[in-house]
Order: sequence, then C-alpha cells, then structure tokens
Amino acid sequence: MFGDDLRFGRGLDPWRELTRLQDEVNRLFSGSLEARTGWAPAVNVWTNDDGAVLRATLPGYDASKIDISVLGDSVTITGKREPTEARKDVTFHRRERELGSFSRTMQLPFRIEADEVRAEFKNGILELRLPRANADRPRRISVKAD
Amino acid sequence: MATQLERQDSKAVGSKVERARNRVVLSPAVDIFETTDDIVLTADMPGVDEKSVDITLEQDVLTVEGRMSEVVPEGYRLDFQEFHEGDYRRVFTLATDVDRDRIQAEVKNGVLRLLLPKAEPAKAKKIQVRGG
Repeated sequence: MFGDDLRFGRGLDPWRELTRLQDEVNRLFSGSLEARTGWAPAVNVWTNDDGAVLRATLPGYDASKIDISVLGDSVTITGKREPTEARKDVTFHRRERELGSFSRTMQLPFRIEADEVRAEFKNGILELRLPRANADRPRRISVKAD
Repeated sequence: MATQLERQDSKAVGSKVERARNRVVLSPAVDIFETTDDIVLTADMPGVDEKSVDITLEQDVLTVEGRMSEVVPEGYRLDFQEFHEGDYRRVFTLATDVDRDRIQAEVKNGVLRLLLPKAEPAKAKKIQVRGG
C-alpha cells in the first residue's frame, strides 16, 4: 500500500498513507477513544460483529470496589485501590505501583446491550463481555420486485 | 494463602509449554519498603496466581517470575491493545541479609506480596564461668 503509491512517482506526501492508517484506527473507536482521570489501568479490547470483550489489568483491586456502568456505546470503569497494609514508619526503596482511584471510559464502535453485559474478575484481570445492542445490528431489508 | 519459597531448578519461564506466539517479558511494577524487622516487596502481576509465580533467592539476588495465564478470546479481532500477554520477570539485589527460612510469599488478585525477614545478627553468647 505504501510502496504502491510511491511507485507511481506522483510525488505523494509520504505521510499520507500513515495518516490514513491512523485515521482508520481512530475510526474504530470514534472520538478520542476514551476519557480518563489521571492514571488508569491498561485495557485491551477485542470486537466482532456481535459484541466486544474488554480486559483491564486491575491487580490488587477489591472486586466489590470496582464499578462498571454502561451507557449507549460507552462503558465506564471506576475503582479504588488501597495499600494492603499500614505503611507508616517505613523506608521506601521503590514506589512504582499506583494506588488510589481511577475512572476510565471506553467508547465502542456500537451500542451495548446493557442488560446482557457480563463481568468477571480473576487474578487481577477484569473481563467484560459486552454484547452489541440488538437495535444496533444491521437489518436485512428485502427488496420487493415487480 | 502463604506459599513456600521454591528452590530454583533449571527451568526457564515459559519454556515448558509450547506457545504459538512469542512471549513478551514484562517488568512488574513494585513497591519495596523496609521496616526494622523486614523487607516487604509487593509486585503487580495481573493474570498470575500462586501456582504460576516463581521466586528464587541465590546469594543476594532475588528473582521474581510469573506467568500470565490469559487466553485470547476466540472469534474476535484485537482492536485496542495496551497490555500484552506475557511473562513477568524482575531481578533485585538485596543489600540486607535475609532469613531464608522465614520468607513468606502470597499472591492475591494478581499481586505478589513477599515478606523477607531480616537475618538476626549473631548474638553474643553469654558464657557461664564456674568457680573452682
């Protein structure tokens, strides 16, 4: 794709293909992909025509303190992580893990059937099964012939 | 749930199972703090449980390894990726002598907590002197 354009020798902007590719990627998740406050856990999203699977790394989080809400084509995950033990009067040698609250909203390429969302939390990974809204599925339209 | 510290055998992380994809090696984020009695290390390793973590201490070198057990959902396209499935590995050099027999390790919700009690310095022994 990139090579083909150059071979025509029309002096195309070499960044055009990259920009086009970026636009295509952005289109998968319209808008700026997500809104978040400060730091947020890492997320992977898989999709097909029927829905999406979202996984988020939430090590050390209490499942009861993870909040998931769905509206339209967006899913918002909110959570809070506290230190597991008192850390007063200690000397820190490394402090890399984020503690505290986060909120992150992901926008999918389709509306979500909220009643059928399933969430599972195992070994610090949250997995959401987000089925596509029935109203959002393409409908076959039959053509009447004379 | 506490797990026993395992002796290192010669297996490398990920080598005993054939995988279709290359395994990425990730360095887990850690907190390390020291109290008067212990060193406490906490490592974020989402996807890891107590069966898939390996901790070895050779001399003063501590190696923490974990295997992430995530299966790719079938029949889907990966559209957005911020974390990789892979194995965790991080190596530390301890500046303090540690009492190996009392090391405790626990994995919960993808977080490893390692308690390393500091070794007690050799205590001076009191020697009773009997009179003649």
